Amino acid sequence: MRKLLGISLIVLLSACASQTTQPEVDDLTAGSGAGAGLGGSDLGGSGSGRPGYFSQLNDPNSILSQRSVYYDYDSYSVKSEYRELVLSHARFLRDNASASVILQGNTDDRGSREYNLALGQRRADSVKNMMTLAGARDAQIESVSLGEEKPRALGHGESAWSQNRRTDILYRGE
Amino acid sequence: MSINWFLSIRAAWILLLCLISAHSHAQLNIEIFGGGASRIPIAIVPFADENKLQQSITAVIGADLQRTGLFRLVDPAGLSPHAPVEVVYSDWANRGANALVIGRVAAISGDQVEIQFRLMDVAKKSQLTGLAITVPTSQLRAAAHRIADVIYEALTGDVGVFSTRIAYVLKRGNKYALQVADADGYNAQSIIEYTEPIISPAWSPDGKQLAYVSFENKKPIVYVQTLATRERRAVASFKGSNSAPAWSPDGKRLAVVLTGQGGSQIFLVNADGSGLQRLSRSSGIDTEPNFSPDGRYILFTSDRGGSPQVYRMAVGSSESGNADRLTFEGSYNVSPDYSQDGKSFTFIHRNNGQFNVAVQDIGSRQVQILTNSKFDESPSFAPNGKMILYATEINGHGILSAVSRDGQTRQHLTVQTGDIREPAWGPLPTWK
Repeated sequence: MRKLLGISLIVLLSACASQTTQPEVDDLTAGSGAGAGLGGSDLGGSGSGRPGYFSQLNDPNSILSQRSVYYDYDSYSVKSEYRELVLSHARFLRDNASASVILQGNTDDRGSREYNLALGQRRADSVKNMMTLAGARDAQIESVSLGEEKPRALGHGESAWSQNRRTDILYRGE
Repeated sequence: MSINWFLSIRAAWILLLCLISAHSHAQLNIEIFGGGASRIPIAIVPFADENKLQQSITAVIGADLQRTGLFRLVDPAGLSPHAPVEVVYSDWANRGANALVIGRVAAISGDQVEIQFRLMDVAKKSQLTGLAITVPTSQLRAAAHRIADVIYEALTGDVGVFSTRIAYVLKRGNKYALQVADADGYNAQSIIEYTEPIISPAWSPDGKQLAYVSFENKKPIVYVQTLATRERRAVASFKGSNSAPAWSPDGKRLAVVLTGQGGSQIFLVNADGSGLQRLSRSSGIDTEPNFSPDGRYILFTSDRGGSPQVYRMAVGSSESGNADRLTFEGSYNVSPDYSQDGKSFTFIHRNNGQFNVAVQDIGSRQVQILTNSKFDESPSFAPNGKMILYATEINGHGILSAVSRDGQTRQHLTVQTGDIREPAWGPLPTWK
């Protein structure tokens, strides 16, 4: 049984390698040429030709090194204390046309996983809207949701939940 | 029946089951609670020569029937008829059995085994039904499930679901596995394993494929995977989030939820990923689509009225955005799933901070809440409409549970380590 599982896993993994082709990505947002499917290697990989602006993004003295927006319970509006953070990233995107971000909305774990996915999307979308109003281009931003699936803090209770109600800003290629 | 009694019985079961299945970590354990008062007393005599097989047939049949809460097993000890002429009906009447199962097994060529069984009516002293099947020894459990289906159908008039399969997600540490198991929890197999979350598995109507949502690429993408070949394809990988797949009854299309045009909205896409078409049109959240068995309607969750509620829209009138609100009690009703006859649906209802499994009759709008736990999720109807499989939590661990349509019987399916969630009950096998 064990052995069988091992074998099927190997088959599975090799199948994965050849199955990563994705269907043609329709352009759902008008005018977003660069918005195609997000390859796994875009994020987290070091990559060659790494643009110089990353040093600025990761300078701990810069507000740009702050990447998380937190929310009140059942809310998706960006609180005033995170406004400057979001606007700083928006200005950075406006001034660096080749930079792009993925915004990941998150929720606490109460209730339906799919409904929470939609609530997390609303949080990411609210950050995206604020950014585009401040001059970032639509094509530079992909807002997605991880719902309740990637909690930062585990457990039931407000201290964990408040950590999990957030939107994370990830730069591509970083 | 008190909570304490549940718990003490539960502890005993867990100990026993740990001993029994210590060698097979992948298997689900099953505990049964409750049961209606009017259970059918049935005696199952171990089949002649079945002790020569690696797998007891009658034990599987008995466990299947008992899990429904509709049967009570009568001890056959001391009596061992294997053919009708050997049955002394008064013996069984004295033990209170209404029905009697007898049979024999015989090895044929190679590893083939023939199983003959008969279901006898004790009061009428006659045979109700019978069957002879030949299977390879690797399929003995499947044969037993098939016999249990025949018995269940003869005695209840309903379709048996013992030969069906279930899908669910098993989380162990940081690993997520999409697994498929027999309806009794045996023969669990991982279809795919990742270090990123998997949610929302949905069976194709023919039971050959699973659609699901994977987060392996930093965002939710909908995949369809063929069980036999393990081949998979992304059917919704658009900009933004892609989630909540639901198959149309003909298996040709999927309803999915996409966010690329703003908000979370329901779209239709062909099973090969082509032919995208928008279906819902609201400024709020529309998600968790589920097709009616005739394919004409979709149930879904929407907050267009201010709180998440279950709505229904006609599939033909696409882009109209017209939908009827179906749930009105409470401020949180989500995750609808149609019964096989299309006359009712199960969903999750929140009340006083508890999330419970409920059923609503579509015609009368009557709601029945079936559970009293805290964190129930993802209810899924059995393909005969008699049970509902759902995810719940015990002592901080995710487990699967099944409740009868009337709320009378519950069973827990637990694993030794890890959390199980996101169950989906598969369709009837194609030979049914």
